[in-house]
Amino acid sequence: MATDQQLLLADPLNRQLINRLQHGLPLCHAPYQALAEELGTSSSDILQRISQFLDSGLASRFGPMFQIERAGGAFTLVATHADEDDFDRVVSIINARHEVAHNYRRDHRLNIWFVLACERPQDVPQVLQELELATGCRMLNFPKEQEFHVQLYLPV
Amino acid sequence: MCSSTSPSEPTLSPLQRQLMHITQHGLPLTEHPYQTLAEQLAVTEAEVLSALQQMQDSGVIRRIALVPNHYAIGYRFNGMSVWQIKPDQLQQAGQRLAASGWVSHCYQRPTHGTEWPYNLFAMVHGTSRAQVDELLQQIKTLLGDSCLSHDVLFSSAILKKTGLRLTATNQ
Repeated sequence: MATDQQLLLADPLNRQLINRLQHGLPLCHAPYQALAEELGTSSSDILQRISQFLDSGLASRFGPMFQIERAGGAFTLVATHADEDDFDRVVSIINARHEVAHNYRRDHRLNIWFVLACERPQDVPQVLQELELATGCRMLNFPKEQEFHVQLYLPV
Repeated sequence: MCSSTSPSEPTLSPLQRQLMHITQHGLPLTEHPYQTLAEQLAVTEAEVLSALQQMQDSGVIRRIALVPNHYAIGYRFNGMSVWQIKPDQLQQAGQRLAASGWVSHCYQRPTHGTEWPYNLFAMVHGTSRAQVDELLQQIKTLLGDSCLSHDVLFSSAILKKTGLRLTATNQ
């Protein structure tokens, strides 16, 4: 699988496409057409490449990036600590919740950091309480108090 | 406080809610994806485009884009840098960091007593540890005396990354 990814990244057109597609796709009837002309290829070739990015794991997702809080929902960052010999159990309980959008292991005493996406803000304390009961670990809640900047762009 | 803590909560139309549900796993990979969505929902492409445009304008959708796997594309060093900023200087520190172009996300978040004194969070990404260390040094200089202490938490594994998943019952 790593080889697939390396082969894909070795192709300059794939790298251009990964860069361009991070900026966003237009809302129109043929959203790939202008990009295809610019890169000297076809829409169907672009689609095939996107599909390879997803299949190989080079990209985790392609589609609308939602800000659920703008639609009445809530995102929050949560941290907890699990002992090494209990780590997998705790992670599997956390990851089983559909509200957990992503979860990272980090090098710190607080070694589990995950993001909860709830459709209603009042669901957050409920989910955290249930997770504390199920895991036996204290959940530290880090809701966003202010957003200064969000623009993830990782050029390749 | 700021606008992000008290968002006007635009209620989604039934079509917008349906669009959110059927695209949460991704956009259909077709030459005319909005037409494909329209066919799936038995509406016109114009209705889909207008609903999505409105969601983009109101910020419900940031953009329709590719989310690369940081590690797979070479960014193996992803640090969550955390900074303890004097409360009366937090606003300025956050704005400076946002304008620096060195971080992908920058948020004010609550502290948790002595266990967690850091109130400013900023994500840094690099292809080498040295590159990230250099960024951190630059940030430290930028923040100057407003910063009392800091730390960086590198991610050592992606445990889950699915993005938003809404429950079927609310469809």
